[in-house]
Amino acid sequence: MIEVKNLTKKYGSHMAVDHLSFTVEKGQIYGFLGPNGAGKSTTMNIMTGYLGATEGQVLINGHDILKEPEEAKKCIGYLPELPPLYMEMTVEEYLNFAAELKKIPKKEIENQVNAVVRLARLQDVKGRLIHNLSKGYKQRVGLAQAMLGFPEIIILDEPTVGLDPKQIIEIRELIRSLAENHTVILSSHILAEVREVCDYVMIISNGRLVASDTPENLENVMSGTGHIEIEAKGQKDAVKEVLNQIEAVQKTEYKENADGTVAVQIEVKGQEDIRERLFFAFAERKMSLLTLKLNKSTLEEVFLELTQGDAGNFRKAEKEGNGDESNL
Amino acid sequence: MKAIYKRELRSYFHSMIGYIFIAFLIAFTGIYFMAYNLNYGYPYFAYVLSGVIFLYLIAIPILTMRSFAEDRKNKTDQLLLTAPVNLFQVVMGKYLAMVTILAVPCVICLIFPLIIKSQGTAYILIDYLSILVFFLLGCVYIAIGMFISSLTESTIIAAIGTFGILVVMYLWSGILDFLPVSAMANAVGVVLILSCVVLAVWQMTKNWIVCAGLEVLVVAGCAIVYVWKTSLFENLLASILGKQDLVDILTGISSNHLLDISGIVLYLSIVAVCIFLTMQMIQKRRWS
Repeated sequence: MIEVKNLTKKYGSHMAVDHLSFTVEKGQIYGFLGPNGAGKSTTMNIMTGYLGATEGQVLINGHDILKEPEEAKKCIGYLPELPPLYMEMTVEEYLNFAAELKKIPKKEIENQVNAVVRLARLQDVKGRLIHNLSKGYKQRVGLAQAMLGFPEIIILDEPTVGLDPKQIIEIRELIRSLAENHTVILSSHILAEVREVCDYVMIISNGRLVASDTPENLENVMSGTGHIEIEAKGQKDAVKEVLNQIEAVQKTEYKENADGTVAVQIEVKGQEDIRERLFFAFAERKMSLLTLKLNKSTLEEVFLELTQGDAGNFRKAEKEGNGDESNL
Repeated sequence: MKAIYKRELRSYFHSMIGYIFIAFLIAFTGIYFMAYNLNYGYPYFAYVLSGVIFLYLIAIPILTMRSFAEDRKNKTDQLLLTAPVNLFQVVMGKYLAMVTILAVPCVICLIFPLIIKSQGTAYILIDYLSILVFFLLGCVYIAIGMFISSLTESTIIAAIGTFGILVVMYLWSGILDFLPVSAMANAVGVVLILSCVVLAVWQMTKNWIVCAGLEVLVVAGCAIVYVWKTSLFENLLASILGKQDLVDILTGISSNHLLDISGIVLYLSIVAVCIFLTMQMIQKRRWS
């Protein structure tokens, strides 16, 4: 669907995108996650042909965005960070113009415009000047524009910025319904949004892809997630016996300490919190629990770990005064 | 291209600039027409047109200032550049929309010679040709204004920049009178101009060796020619630059009743160069 190979963008000596490579498959929602200034928007601008890359290649359905721009751009609907709206037009005029610009056949324009107006819930403001609309409505007009013609790939740069909570939920639902027939790529720095909406997350930091996986896998795999750490006084076998009673325990890892305690790393089946059961199980046997700790790393932690690692610190030092960039 | 053309045209009338532009040109042309042709009884409308060129200096920058600067400021260029249209179509759509606005007062001007005719002798062919040249001159100015607009994000800077350049072009022949005649001064002038070109090449390529080589070539070439045939440099700048006088082509019709075909070619080539440069500027911004 989309193939990005070795994408690099330099602004002077500053690397905005640094040898980024990934592929996007059909029918899924991809989330670009990254702190401010990580290169999300730049990457999207390059993918849609607005900016040229210093190095590297973007293939949209096999069409190189630079060599066959018209073919490639036909497959893409794009909502940039700031919706590209002409303030002096009405919503309907604007969408008609965008439809013509996208070379939608004349006969279909009316149907298509009506369809996106319905999807973005713009019926009430159809005849109003865009200039007079609130930010949320403007955002939705931009979204309608991106959906116009129902291209195979829809790229949305921070689509829920400036919307109220109800609208955010609506837009998320809309994005999820779009994914049935389209590939959606969206960027965000709101973790909850990405976790809720996206099938696949790509974390970008300093222009580099630092991780890409499903949100669940990122949470589970990245740093031994969902582990309970206990420390009990007693023999290893006795501890083992207690733990075997609890069926939610999936995997255990024992470590005997010199002071007669046993440390155990427990992996739990499913999402259940078994700490209380562990406590009572040990209490029944009159074994004292010294430590009982849940080591669950959230997407937040994964994100912070990935974007504030060595690379983050390096960047901080490099761009003094702009330190905000690697913090979330 | 059609979509962009239509949208631009509509937006000029939405924002009043189109109406004001047309009204301004027609009102002042009308006043001059009344004074020259009706009051003094001069039968050539061409004379009026050569008198109202200065209106362009004010009106054209206002027409062209928004063309690309505003798109860039409002980020609507993202919509145009990510749509399946090529850059040439984007630029031409905008350019033709502005030319269409300019065509409205020019078409209305076609009535004036007929009014003269209804009162006595008129020179329709000369007058209509002068209206055509007047229109083409406007097209050249619009192309220049569009190029300036593509350089900046600010409509104000675009308008003032275009105004400055148009004033220089309007006063062209007057400015050329100040150029020195002596061969030495002209040689220095040529070296300076070519050095500017080399500097521009350096700006684009950042290649020291090539540019230093070019500069040496320029200086050495001029020195050799100067020693070999000093007379060649005499009044050289004034005669070369004098040929680029755009206003002269229109006044040529009104005062001598001569149409300078090479002048028309010059107009069209400047339009082509400006459109090309506008496209280059937009491309350059994508890559830097």
